Amino acid sequence: MDSELILKGVSFRYDSQWCLEGIDLELKEGEIVGMIGPNGSGKSTLLKIMDGLLKVQKGEILLLNRPLSEYTRGDIARRIAMVPQESNFRFPFSAFEVVLMGRFPHLGPFPFEGKEDQEIAQHSMELTGTLDLAPRSIHELSGGEKQRVLIARALTQKAQIILLDEPTSFLDIRHKVEIFELISTLSRTQGLSVVIVSHDISLAAQYCQRMLLLNKGSIYKVGEPAEVITADTISAVYQCPVFVDENPISKTPRVTVVSKRKESKEQML
Amino acid sequence: MRGSEYYRVTPVRVMTTGLVLSGILLGMILFSLCLGPAGISLKDALTWVTGSRSVDQTAWMILFKIRLPRILLAGLVGFTLAFGGVVFQALLRNPLAEPFILGISSGAAVGTIIGIVLGLGFNLGVPLLSFMGAMFTILLVMGIAGRHGGLESSTLLLTGVIINAFFTAVIMFFLSTTGGSRLHSMLFWLYGDLSQSRYVQLSIGLPVILAVSGIIYFFSRHLNLIVGGEESALQMGVEVELLKWISFLGISLMTGLVVSFSGIIGFVGLIVPHLMRMVLGADHRLLMPAAALGGAVFLIAADTFARTILSPSELPVGVITAFLGAPFFIYLLRQRGSQWTQS
Repeated sequence: MDSELILKGVSFRYDSQWCLEGIDLELKEGEIVGMIGPNGSGKSTLLKIMDGLLKVQKGEILLLNRPLSEYTRGDIARRIAMVPQESNFRFPFSAFEVVLMGRFPHLGPFPFEGKEDQEIAQHSMELTGTLDLAPRSIHELSGGEKQRVLIARALTQKAQIILLDEPTSFLDIRHKVEIFELISTLSRTQGLSVVIVSHDISLAAQYCQRMLLLNKGSIYKVGEPAEVITADTISAVYQCPVFVDENPISKTPRVTVVSKRKESKEQML
Repeated sequence: MRGSEYYRVTPVRVMTTGLVLSGILLGMILFSLCLGPAGISLKDALTWVTGSRSVDQTAWMILFKIRLPRILLAGLVGFTLAFGGVVFQALLRNPLAEPFILGISSGAAVGTIIGIVLGLGFNLGVPLLSFMGAMFTILLVMGIAGRHGGLESSTLLLTGVIINAFFTAVIMFFLSTTGGSRLHSMLFWLYGDLSQSRYVQLSIGLPVILAVSGIIYFFSRHLNLIVGGEESALQMGVEVELLKWISFLGISLMTGLVVSFSGIIGFVGLIVPHLMRMVLGADHRLLMPAAALGGAVFLIAADTFARTILSPSELPVGVITAFLGAPFFIYLLRQRGSQWTQS
């Protein structure tokens, strides 16, 4: 399979201190990579670098075997889409209008979407199960519905790579699972490559083919979920004692936080 | 639901909405032309045109030298203020943003007054200083908004209050040094007064304002994306910084001109865009022209009211817009957090 996006020895800094150092990563077609790591480990920064929003000082990034720096912003937007953690539309756009905005990078000088754009937007909404939300105002929607609408917008961009920055952080478990299920389906059926940042390690492990564990701006470990998610690695990187076993249903690693209260509880009993 | 049933903004929709609103605007202009203490009807004017009756010189003067320039200027001012409101609401991602509330109008007023005190000409010098005052205030507000550009309502309101308080002090300082009859006209001007309207103001204002708003309108769909967050707009290929600078310069220029003509007229940029958004939705490709034309209609109506309600005496039009705008603002503020549904 082809590599869609390749990062070679990428380092980045805002000021004198390196935020990210020596990142190597290959994102393959149809693959879901889960990015995990503590707060401030550089996950969002890495996502912005992959999207070309931040220029790196060292290393190189190849998008479809061409340096990312040679692409115009519009070229990138037609290939890579970003789904933010949360969106805050204060104005009464309909869900359909929001999805249709995904056509922005495809429109020429004529500033209106045509029939074809409308069909693409509609199709994206079908794929994400949001078609019945189309006429509703975006700020009437629940968090989970909004995220699915934004994923539909990313599909409308016709991007082959979708980057998601903690899309499930504000969602309850049912909607979290829904988002992961949706991404996994889209990746299978549409051949999308996905990088998803998540704080829910066990859940991400069930859906991602590979996991990337970031620690203080560099890759601590990358590989299959079972390789990356062990009691040793997670405890060391998050500096929090955890217990890792196998999820009996999905056979993927499952992380349990070891409560410091455990002993006192036993004493009480 | 299938096919083209989904609502979206098309060129046809923009055109028809524009035409309908232009029709209403024309009607409003004609209606306002007939109203006034002199009691001249449009029928009289028509009979002069058709030549069935000789021209009444006094009436002609009143209609076309006094009323018409005032009406047209009111339209231009309303157009500008509503348009500026829409653009700032998008850039700050806050539906409460407005040139008056943000202090931009006061900033322009300070510039105007300094220009007058310095004895500069009304055709270039005064509007130029007014523009600089507006630009200065915009940079101040955006500086406070910070790197990501959005402004929470509480911060926005506090910023506006402080900026307005400061500029009011500056204006009072200059007013204190002015005496007698000039004080009355300056106070009137300060509260938004259109009675000094002349065709020369239109000949400067109209081309500049139409050109500048046309340029900003070119970026209407970019503004749609900015409303959803600057980062995702950047991601989609919107040149956020460039667009911001064009908008700041453009709106400063438009507001500066308008304030130097007619003083501080508040709330037009709040009321009109909000009503238009409720009826037509949030898409800026439709909202911008609709709000601008609606603003023109609104301010002509308000000014017609201002000059006829206490006839033969007059009110500054800013008093009328504030009477309507302040309660409306409180209503919007109370609504914050609840849903802004599209009808």
